[in-house]
Amino acid sequence: MNLAAETNENLAHISNVLIYSAMAVYTLAFLAHIAEWVFGSRSAVGRTAAAITAAPAASAPAEVTVRAAQGGGTAVLERPKIVTRSAAGTRDVPDGPGAGGGTEQGDLYGRIAVGLTVLAFLMHAGAVLTRALSVQRAPWGNMYEFSTTFAMVAVGAYLTLLALKKNVRWLGLPLVTTVLLDLGLAVSVLYTASAQLVPALHSYWLWIHVSCAIISGACLYLGAVATLLYLFRDRHEEKLAKGGEPGRFASVLERLPAAGSLDKFAYRINATVFPLWTFTIIAGAIWAEAAWGRYWGWDPKEVWSFITWVAYAAYLHARATAGWKGRKAAYLALLAFACYLFNYYGVNMLISGKHSYAGV
Amino acid sequence: MATTDTDTATGSGTENGAAGPADARELGAAGAQLSTAPAEDISVPSMGPIGWARWFWRQLTSMRVALLLLFLLSLGAIPGSLIPQTGIDPVKADNFKQRHETLTPVYEKLGLFHVYSSVWFSAIYILLFVSLIGCIVPRTWQFVGQLRGRPPGAPRRLTRLPAYTTWRTEAEPEQVREAARRILRRRRFRTHTVGDAVASEKGYLREAGNLLFHIALIVMLVAFAVGQLYKAEGGKLIVEGDGFANNLTQYDDFKSGTLFDKNDLAPFGFTLDRFTATYERTGPQKRTPRTFRADVTYWEGADGKEHKTSIKVNEPLEVAGSKVYLLGHGYAPVVTVRDGQGRVAYRGAVASLPIDGVNLTENVVVKVPDYRDKNGKKDQLGFQGQFVPTLDLSTGTMFSQFPALDNPALILTAYRGDLGVDGGIPQNVYQLDTSRMKQFKKSDGSPFAKVLRVGDSMKLPGGAGTLKLEGIKTWATFQISHRPGNDYALVGAVAALIGLAASLFIQRRRVWVRAVTGDDGVTVVEMAGLGRSESAKLPEELADLAVALQSEAPPAPDPDPEPDPDPEAGTAEAGTDTAGTDTAQPADPSEGARA
Ligand code: HEM
Repeated sequence: MNLAAETNENLAHISNVLIYSAMAVYTLAFLAHIAEWVFGSRSAVGRTAAAITAAPAASAPAEVTVRAAQGGGTAVLERPKIVTRSAAGTRDVPDGPGAGGGTEQGDLYGRIAVGLTVLAFLMHAGAVLTRALSVQRAPWGNMYEFSTTFAMVAVGAYLTLLALKKNVRWLGLPLVTTVLLDLGLAVSVLYTASAQLVPALHSYWLWIHVSCAIISGACLYLGAVATLLYLFRDRHEEKLAKGGEPGRFASVLERLPAAGSLDKFAYRINATVFPLWTFTIIAGAIWAEAAWGRYWGWDPKEVWSFITWVAYAAYLHARATAGWKGRKAAYLALLAFACYLFNYYGVNMLISGKHSYAGV
Repeated sequence: MATTDTDTATGSGTENGAAGPADARELGAAGAQLSTAPAEDISVPSMGPIGWARWFWRQLTSMRVALLLLFLLSLGAIPGSLIPQTGIDPVKADNFKQRHETLTPVYEKLGLFHVYSSVWFSAIYILLFVSLIGCIVPRTWQFVGQLRGRPPGAPRRLTRLPAYTTWRTEAEPEQVREAARRILRRRRFRTHTVGDAVASEKGYLREAGNLLFHIALIVMLVAFAVGQLYKAEGGKLIVEGDGFANNLTQYDDFKSGTLFDKNDLAPFGFTLDRFTATYERTGPQKRTPRTFRADVTYWEGADGKEHKTSIKVNEPLEVAGSKVYLLGHGYAPVVTVRDGQGRVAYRGAVASLPIDGVNLTENVVVKVPDYRDKNGKKDQLGFQGQFVPTLDLSTGTMFSQFPALDNPALILTAYRGDLGVDGGIPQNVYQLDTSRMKQFKKSDGSPFAKVLRVGDSMKLPGGAGTLKLEGIKTWATFQISHRPGNDYALVGAVAALIGLAASLFIQRRRVWVRAVTGDDGVTVVEMAGLGRSESAKLPEELADLAVALQSEAPPAPDPDPEPDPDPEAGTAEAGTDTAGTDTAQPADPSEGARA
């Protein structure tokens, strides 16, 4: 065995160690998030109920002061007051205080959790990078590599949103939990030592097509989590609006952003990613044309990409159509994401087609 | 949208753009037509066949039905991915049919073995595209009308809009309006003055993008259909040194679209001069192909001038409107078979199919139909065995250990008898039917077999003849395809992408600036904005505009406590005060992405 091969094996080994370390740190982040939610449960329940019952039928205008940029200068003018109003028929509910519930301890654990997630993410990214170096190609040749990269991008997207000061910390617990599950599945069931690629994969389209597919999927996943939480929170708000008793998970739901905010968040992600997903499919078609001589051949993978795409198009249409907003559109969004997941797990494992090089 | 989920039935046509808080009634024309989406109309037709036809057409071209058809389309695509399709993998489809005797007739009736060309699947997408065209045409006219018209005038009460601001100024109303128009125009709003207010609108590209996207979908569908109808493609296995000319008889297999005319095959051909494959020799990547390259000489058209080039896996040869793809490769042992009389009964390269895609162990079958035994009696011979590019007996297996020709060996056993090739039934050249043949035996009664290296010969027992392994050639398989319409599909795809991005990321919005002289003689400025939906960006943009306008119409001190902007709305300060937390953030990059 020559030197290069030895470094490769060493790198592959380092990659494995990093994945396990990242999983350990994700577990700590998971525990910290649990602590955050537990301590936060002492926050005042009933804010939502109060807001819903207090809100007059015609929603009151909210006064918002908006910072206006002034020719790049730093001069702070007296800012105009902008009065905003939300659409009639939507509940004017404030966002929940977050998992920490505004309690000091909860917030502290939340911060610790985010810090640990950042650390785990760095290890995770290192693992993906060393894996790529060890096989000297894009680390997306099989399901193990795909799963680890997928989780990495999802966490990366979440941390980016956090860094942009978006209100997304409520995503922390569900995300870290599922990332742990995904990585666990990857290292136990899907693990592939180091695989070879068929020559059809030797193409720069691999980088373009697969990276777009992973980024799309990871972001759509965040959207799907938000959609799911939206459904719970929306039911909760509806119940309160009808004067019902808060349910068992009221203390949890209470701390999430308002249903309207969750819905908007999910929509923005889905709508932003949709063109990228469209591009992914087009790039795949161009690649297939170069490699197999046809850009579209109804291969199972192609079929399910198409189904996913049409399902998201249906979702976007639903949002533009009266009577299909809200919950119905949310169900469509979840269905669309289920199609994405099936395309990945189902098609790779159950159906064989031209794409089945992606050995399990 | 102004209506809630439950009262869509009463929604009027103007609601489409009225994405604000106010009733469509109250906004009137101001909120109308912020998009060209068709109005939902689920009323029941009143009379006669024409009424019904019109009702049906309206339904078909409604968003609701488009949604339903989209849903059906994705649902309908599913079976084709689960049931083997004749057009994609005929062998698998046949296997399936043999295994499922009860299901097969049902599936066949439903067209489930060719879903994507079945009547019902076609019906779904044809309806969808009829709906799409029926939707696009009126929308385009409507949009052209909007472009030629002017932004609608200000609604009576600006306070009802999603974003609103007001101040008093010493500047004259005309001055304020003039300044507002200048400022808005500089930001590429389309503006004009109606009465006491400036009306402006921006973001028409959103609608243009949306129309472009939907039109591009039609272009893509047509391009795909043309490709399907006029396509021609076939496969050909070529051994090094051999050639191919583009006519039907030369193909190993050939498929074409219904409208393809066999005389349309373009005149061209090529010879495979050399095939090169290199593999990674060490490390975890061992055996991974590094290069596959077919060096070919091709000619085209009547003059037939020859050119040299090479074809690689992702780099097809484009010639005479067709593309030649390199699909696979393998080895062809070159053998000479002499019969019992010492006459050459067979000579040639035996292209063999890999049974192991990684190390290229191959099944070898040599059929010698024209054979005489040592007494001169007519008979037939068949050889069967394996070709192994890299034999390593220390591993204890007869399987290849590496895909390159490091230590090639041919392991064969032999049969005599009826090959079954004379019956006129086309036979698979890669399979030997030994049912009417007898295997050669060694003197101890065990089956006769031998490992041959290049240059070795095997002598069949009893002087029945010899087989010599002369050398090894490489073969490659090519797919030759002719698909018109690809370029249009690509153009359509790019246009769709651009249109989609414009449609999703550009916000269409209106801003009104009203300036009137108040009761005390001081000018009151009111500004309001309306987007297709609530957006944190809209108040922000309005604030920017207000700041700009205030530099020309500076706020005057308030004489009395600020007047309540909207007495009906009650407590102006009662809402949530999110000042400085949420909406004050820099604009969200995806902010425009909303319905
Ligand atoms: C062939 C299948 C179709 C696909 C894949 C498709 C896809 C899309 C997508 C992704 C959007 C989102 C863009 C946005 O939100 O602005 C959209 C918007 C829209 N589509 Fe389609 N569409 C299809 C057919 C149709 C048909 C048949 C109609 C007419 C009934 C239609 C009418 C519209 C309208 C009016 C919008 C804009 C909604 C708005 O203004 O927000 N589409 N379409």
